[in-house]
Amino acid sequence: MIFNAPDIAWAQLTPVLFPLGAAVIGVLVEAFAPRVARRPTQLVLTMLALLGSLVSVGLLWSDVKDTGGTDVLGGSLLVDGPTLVMQAVIALLALLAVLIAADRTSTGEDAFAPQAASVPGSGYEESARRAGLQQTEVFPLMLFATGGMMIFPATGDLLTLFVALEVLSLPLYLLTGMARRRRLLSQEASMKYFLLGAFASALLLFGIVLLYGYSGSLRYSEIATAVTGTTGMDGLLLVGGLLLLVGLLFKVGAVPFHSWTPDVYQGAPTPITGFMAACTKVAAFGALLRVFYTVLPGMRWDLEPMMWTVAIATMVVGTVIALVQTDIKRVLAYSSIAHAGFVLTGVIALEQSGITAVLFYLLAYGAATVGAFGLVSLVRERGTTPAGLPEAAQASLGVAVAAGALPVGSAPAASTDPVDVGTGGVDDEIKDDTTVLGEATDISQWAGLGRTHPVLATTFSLFLLSFAGIPLTAGFTGKFAVFSAAVDGGAWPLALVGVIASAAAAFFYVRLIVLMFFTSPTGGPLTDSEDGTTRPRTVVVTSQGFAVAAIAICAALTVLLGVLPGPVLDVISQVAVFLP
Amino acid sequence: MLTLTPAATVTADVPWLTLLVVWPLIGAALLWLLPRPEKTGAAGPRRVREIALGFAVVELVLAVIAAVTAFGSGADSGSYQLYEQHQWIPQFGVSYALGVDGVGMLLILMAVVLVPLVVLASWKEQGSESGPTNRLRHYLALVLVLTSFMVAVFAARDLFLFYVLFEAMLIPVYFMIGAFGGPQRRYAAVKFLLFSLAGGLIMLIGVIVLYLHGPGGTEGFLISNLTGLDLPTGTGRWLFLAFFLAFAIKAPMFPVHSWLPDAAEQAPAGTSTLLVGVLDKVGTFGMLALCIPLFPEASQWAAPVIIALAVVSIFYGALLALGQQDMFRLVAYTSVSHFGFIVLGIFAFNSTSIAGSSFYMVNHGLSTGGLFLLVGFLVARKGSAKIADFGGLQKVTPVLAGTFLVIGLSALSLPGLSTFVSEFLVIVGTFATNRPAAIIAAVAVVLAALYVLWTYQRVFTGPVRDELAETKDLSGRERWVVGPLIALMLVLGFYPAPALHLVDEPATTTVTQVGVTDAPDLVTAGDEGSEQ
Repeated sequence: MIFNAPDIAWAQLTPVLFPLGAAVIGVLVEAFAPRVARRPTQLVLTMLALLGSLVSVGLLWSDVKDTGGTDVLGGSLLVDGPTLVMQAVIALLALLAVLIAADRTSTGEDAFAPQAASVPGSGYEESARRAGLQQTEVFPLMLFATGGMMIFPATGDLLTLFVALEVLSLPLYLLTGMARRRRLLSQEASMKYFLLGAFASALLLFGIVLLYGYSGSLRYSEIATAVTGTTGMDGLLLVGGLLLLVGLLFKVGAVPFHSWTPDVYQGAPTPITGFMAACTKVAAFGALLRVFYTVLPGMRWDLEPMMWTVAIATMVVGTVIALVQTDIKRVLAYSSIAHAGFVLTGVIALEQSGITAVLFYLLAYGAATVGAFGLVSLVRERGTTPAGLPEAAQASLGVAVAAGALPVGSAPAASTDPVDVGTGGVDDEIKDDTTVLGEATDISQWAGLGRTHPVLATTFSLFLLSFAGIPLTAGFTGKFAVFSAAVDGGAWPLALVGVIASAAAAFFYVRLIVLMFFTSPTGGPLTDSEDGTTRPRTVVVTSQGFAVAAIAICAALTVLLGVLPGPVLDVISQVAVFLP
Repeated sequence: MLTLTPAATVTADVPWLTLLVVWPLIGAALLWLLPRPEKTGAAGPRRVREIALGFAVVELVLAVIAAVTAFGSGADSGSYQLYEQHQWIPQFGVSYALGVDGVGMLLILMAVVLVPLVVLASWKEQGSESGPTNRLRHYLALVLVLTSFMVAVFAARDLFLFYVLFEAMLIPVYFMIGAFGGPQRRYAAVKFLLFSLAGGLIMLIGVIVLYLHGPGGTEGFLISNLTGLDLPTGTGRWLFLAFFLAFAIKAPMFPVHSWLPDAAEQAPAGTSTLLVGVLDKVGTFGMLALCIPLFPEASQWAAPVIIALAVVSIFYGALLALGQQDMFRLVAYTSVSHFGFIVLGIFAFNSTSIAGSSFYMVNHGLSTGGLFLLVGFLVARKGSAKIADFGGLQKVTPVLAGTFLVIGLSALSLPGLSTFVSEFLVIVGTFATNRPAAIIAAVAVVLAALYVLWTYQRVFTGPVRDELAETKDLSGRERWVVGPLIALMLVLGFYPAPALHLVDEPATTTVTQVGVTDAPDLVTAGDEGSEQ
């Protein structure tokens, strides 16, 4: 038996090779580099890999624009226009997310557990924290995930699709469980994500099997031919196609396959949440778009009822449930579900303009998402442990306050100063009471941030306005594009539901703005929120610079894509044609 | 704001409209970039106000120059002057196109007249009470941002641009209500935003569908390219409804008016002035400049219902105004009534009534703006807007009482004041096409007299209350706020010809677009009637 080695066009693979190669090197760094050198090395390596990815997309661009793209590795990867756009968007958003994840802020601690293997609450964990350990494996893990995400929308056969799905998912399962604070919540989220993700993977695999049985091939192009050419066995095709879509819709977070989203987004370390919410969605929608436009258009009439139902349910459920959330990460999680619904309207349009619209929307949404979660990661609570404090602890805190450990009266003024953690002079017990804890994710804790931290609150409002789709922000341009595509494709009821959902969704975005700007800042260390529980005081930690840079880029993108989207739309629409 | 590649069609030698749009934005940026007041000491707040006032006055001067340039030499006020057009988002078919006809120019002038007065009226607000963290500059910067949007929205000649401004305008107003208003300001701000946003988003669907029926291409959203399309009847009617709903919410008309009283009650007086005086005109302006030209058939189809709603608005607003305890709410309800008149005139499809409505928009801005500002002065004295908290003020504050009476009389359309001219034209014009509506609407003038004079009676006449005996009369600054308004009302009341020249030809154009045969020309008769 002769085995022909495939002819590999390495140049076409460089955007993917950079992150994956750097991830492998990163693992070696973990194994061999001394501890002090690991973090800087990993950081530089990750940045360079993602920048390299961006540059190589740029180098491939003109070629793809002229030729329409090529298939690589015997058709396993299709390097065409949409692939390059999505790879560039993923690399860019991943770069921003990495910057946010790398930021240790003025507390000197990043968002990840010092020793992820330690049992939460154990003495081992505490000693790891005191020793200042950190899990620099985060960076190669993010790179592996990024590599998988870049392959996911680019594959031309179902098997590679499945492999890419696993490559992107497994590191994310792991990263989800690595939060520094609320570790049990984080680990629970990781477990849920893993179990449900594995379930969805199984469905996807089952769909692949059925489609293979139907068409005798794993290649998109050959399945597409079979869909139009073969008669009989329609049951196999239909069930296979539906299962394939279910697997993809799970990753997208569409209703009814969304139930993992809020828990995972809430439990995961916030920079990772931003990374997942933005990049995974781009990758998954990329794959969905390709499958929908190149593999299944022959089944359009069979799939339309299901896709319409899913899109409408996603928009409505995401919006309605977001209205009643009280945790800011869950609000953003449900809002991301609603956004998945909006993007789906563009996918379903099956119009040429739909591809451009979806790609643009993903970029606009991704920029705002990474930025918003980046800001969430900077707003922390200070004081004792979470809500529902035992009486004794409250009493002791009262003593600490009385002893002057906290500048109670001058709360807003004090919180603008860099956080003074571990400056000594305070004994351990009181220090524990005043350290900066995890993120202040209860929305009541965001009250008055507009007064105390106008820049942060204004930037966050900008992202919220973009989510809400207010004109002159990127979100509006994106919404306009997908709704136009939907109306153009005859799906105007979807667009109608979309705008109604947008109006309702505006309510909870606006509610946050109201809270930040029109409500007085909460004063003391423990304040009564509306539900009667007490919450620690909110402080904003100072970024080391990485996160601020990333958030600034996100904000600039949000404004730029809102005010002058022309050039970007132009670039995308030039190449928005799938290889068959 | 926008850096745009210049395109071919430019009919303005100087980009006056862009200048009018950009100039206030520069002012706003300057206000925000100024060093914080606590660092500059006591001079901080004063300079902020003076800069804002300076920008507002220069804006007014620029607008007057632009108006004279455009229409001074007797140019056809029905055509679009000062036209500029550049590509903005060619992929969507969106252009940055500005141009004004007589109505647009008049509304822009009205807006920029009100802005310096609002700045002047806000002189002492926000600053002292908040101490070192002076928030006045945020307020004034938002006023300037809003000014820019207001000018642009009346000048937009691209549907997408119009929509963007229509929605973007909400943001500064939202903050002006929510951050600077009364105790229920959050509720009022959110209600305002959601009502407007809901209407706007429905309109967005209409905008998209209309574009898809249009010629498309890189200039597909130009209003001139979308006018006169051969829409299927059903589509045209649905689109009309989508647009009309947004404008009716904005205007506001019964039954989608309920956000206005709350917003007006809670907002600072200056915000209410701009909100009701100018912003709400975008609703009626949109009906006039978009609904009718874009969907002439549907406009005729819907006119009977809209006229009925307009008449209901006239009475509903007037009756509810009578029942109000709060003066801000009272003025808001009178506006609902006045907007009924404006809408009635527009949908009577008669060149006289449409010209009257166009002119009414300006007069209503002046009179209602004046009332809001005066109520604001009253509140500044007493700390309450409740009618019951006042009484006998005319003995203590004769100037305040006198100006209130004059502006109030203008709200009830006393002959000699400018509102009379417009209300007269509306009723006369409507009489020619829809006699019952005109007769019923005319009856409402009695109600207007009732709500204005009864309010005056309760606030200013009777025995002086003890706690009001020390009330100060209008200061020099406050007289400068009210004086120009009264002067304008008188000038336009006795010599409305320049304004009527601006609204006359657009009205004829509109009637032609609807395709109804115009009733006998009553405009000249209306002029004479007002001048006698």
